[in-house]
Amino acid sequence: GFANKTKMNLFTAINSAMQTALETDPSTVIFGEDVGFGGVFRCSTGLRDQFGSDRVFNTPLSETGIAGFAIGYAAQGGTSVAEIQFADYIFPALDQLVNEMSKFRYRSGNQWNCGGVTVRTPVGAVGHGGHYHSQSPEAYLAHTPGLVVVMPRGPRAAKGLLLSSIRSKDPVIFMEPKALYRASVEDVPDDDYMIPLGKAEILRSGSDVTVVGWGGQLRILQKACDMAQSEHGISCELIDLRTILPWDVDCVVDSTEKTGKLVVSHEAPITCGFGAEVVATVQERSFLSLEAPIQRVCGYDTPFPLVFEKYYIPDELKNLEAIKKVVDYAQ
Amino acid sequence: LALSLLLVATIVSIIHASRGLFVECDVMSCHGGVSSLRNANNSICIASFPNLISAQDEDGCFRCPSNDGYVDPERDTSAGSSRKESTTISPPPDDNASSTSKHDLASLRSLLSSKYPFHANEVLDNVLLQSSPHDFADTGSDNTLLRAQRQMIRLRQMDNILQNAQRQGRISFYMTCRGEEAIHIGSASALKQQDVILAQYREHGLLMWRGFTLEQFTNQCFSNDLDLGRGRQMPVHYGSRALNYHTISSPLGTQIPQATGVGYKLKLDAAKMEDPSEAGIAICYFGDGCASTTDFHAGLNFAATLKAPVVFFCRNNGYAISTSVEDQYAGDGIVCRAPGYGMAGLRVDGNDAFAVSAAVRKAREYCLTNNAPILIEAITYRQGHHSTSDDSSRYRCPKEVHDHSTSTDPVKRLNKFLHRHGWVSSDDTAKIRDEERMAVLNAMEAAERRPPPKLDTLFADVYEEMPLHLRRQEQQLQQHLAKYPGRY
Repeated sequence: GFANKTKMNLFTAINSAMQTALETDPSTVIFGEDVGFGGVFRCSTGLRDQFGSDRVFNTPLSETGIAGFAIGYAAQGGTSVAEIQFADYIFPALDQLVNEMSKFRYRSGNQWNCGGVTVRTPVGAVGHGGHYHSQSPEAYLAHTPGLVVVMPRGPRAAKGLLLSSIRSKDPVIFMEPKALYRASVEDVPDDDYMIPLGKAEILRSGSDVTVVGWGGQLRILQKACDMAQSEHGISCELIDLRTILPWDVDCVVDSTEKTGKLVVSHEAPITCGFGAEVVATVQERSFLSLEAPIQRVCGYDTPFPLVFEKYYIPDELKNLEAIKKVVDYAQ
Repeated sequence: LALSLLLVATIVSIIHASRGLFVECDVMSCHGGVSSLRNANNSICIASFPNLISAQDEDGCFRCPSNDGYVDPERDTSAGSSRKESTTISPPPDDNASSTSKHDLASLRSLLSSKYPFHANEVLDNVLLQSSPHDFADTGSDNTLLRAQRQMIRLRQMDNILQNAQRQGRISFYMTCRGEEAIHIGSASALKQQDVILAQYREHGLLMWRGFTLEQFTNQCFSNDLDLGRGRQMPVHYGSRALNYHTISSPLGTQIPQATGVGYKLKLDAAKMEDPSEAGIAICYFGDGCASTTDFHAGLNFAATLKAPVVFFCRNNGYAISTSVEDQYAGDGIVCRAPGYGMAGLRVDGNDAFAVSAAVRKAREYCLTNNAPILIEAITYRQGHHSTSDDSSRYRCPKEVHDHSTSTDPVKRLNKFLHRHGWVSSDDTAKIRDEERMAVLNAMEAAERRPPPKLDTLFADVYEEMPLHLRRQEQQLQQHLAKYPGRY
């Protein structure tokens, strides 16, 4: 346990992690659009004043430029923390992420690497974001060997995961659930601490159903698990993947072999969402342990709608139904 | 803005293509590079710096491959050991009577500066006309100018032979740089060891000047166990951390904003250095087609606004595969974009090794002095096909290629220059050609005989440490191979 903790929301926790990174590694630089004055979500507040505009600065408006610049800076031995203002705008950078960043070490025969890169970007529904301020593009990036993709579920996880991401020797895409920036408040250690990448976390132990999610979805899944327990006596084991790529297969497999039932939930559209990867792997590893078909509770295969967001979201009621369905099937 | 205007619209020298000499003229502006490119016999216009930067006299210092610092003891394929068995050619025979004046750089500089007083300052500073502080590993001599000639010849022999090797089915793919050798050797000579090169794919002469050996080139092309890239990429996708040359990737233009990031880091590092002569720049190469990409725009704009010391070097060789420059842009070449970014720029005759060397040397000094980027456009001509997958006779007439290869060819031009000043005879040049040809053939045959890398390298280096899922996939493959021995 840590001695000193402070109540922090998500953007404060991320700010704390970046401040720690800037303090402990003099080669760290933070950049992106509007990062200088504090960022549109206030994640970089105060950092330019404290560390100077050489190290915390605005770039021109170009995601491919931001990503390419980050790679070059890291290849030259520095630690670059690049912000893409909304994950919806990461697509111009996809060539740099997929063709360059992910292959940089491999293609050079391990002579060169850009492990010093961390790309931070807000993801997910926020109530009024519509098509272009709500996307969760983890599936596009998880399909890219060589990248690491991380998504924290709240402030405490975010600070530790972000410090691990920044210090990782591999390039990391760090996805921040924007709905949690102000809304999620937790006790976060003031200290420098890291949470390991590539490891899922079991948030609650259970015996009847394994429920898996990541990022902002965990809040919804907690509610669904609560309702399952209180209304139906169903004991759910809830897992936060934390790292999407590479993901903690054994944790989910072991849990599913214990419970025999699995529900996977994510906001992103269901077809080819990352849930499909989880389902395919688990059924391959644990087919005979399954007592019911695996359920995915996800966004529909439409662009993220504005006026109908509440219908689109895989909310706690839809997840409760999926939990009940697998339990009923197994009986 | 005033600075960039000063640099672009300045007194120019016209290089008369067929004579290979500096000829003075006081034309005040460049005509559009486009049309002059296609008419080989027209004068080619270059812009050169006035004595804008009172640079310290560079003592001809540039990197010498025998001083490579990085050797990985676990991989005896490293630059170090390969270079020891390098392409050491015996130096030209020591003819006591005439060698002192024959190959004496000091007396050549004297002669040139008195004959061309307008160029006297440049003659004294030009790196190609300076002795190297150390003997070069491949020539065993400190004579830069002779090494330049020899390497251009070696580069061309390597291109000819490896292109033929592809046609014979011995390697899968190749790209030549025929016609652009002056850009490679000229710019490489003006760089220092700490300058980081990010290239496109047609810049292998820079790597050669830095000290990449014929063995290393051919090992990569044959994807054998000594390839520094571990057989992962197509031929000509070279890279060398030891020589500060980023590994080539096929996507165009991605290197440009990366170069800006490299330059920015170099700037921050330079601010902490005690010895400012150790500061470096990033230099980024790309062609006329690549200058149309979004990454070009992003990279230059970032470098100008963030003040990164980067030389952006455009090899305008007239073609992007089959697309001639007429279909590539409507403006006056590439350099005209520099003022749009608030950046300095200059255009240079890419077939003149001395001019390119001068341009890069001055550009480098400019970047370091001002912590600012600069755009160089070198006008040249792609004499060869785009690659071995291309047949350029389908989109351009043989006469055009022939005209350029006779009148503006950089290798011929340097040979003529040396010949004119009594440095080489045609017999000498023919002898060098034969020596280099043999060296390439020997290296290639040795590379061809070597085995591929070990199969376990397939799963390594995706991440710094191999994650569990890749270890499992590796096991799957091994189990499959155990079931089907001899089928792969």
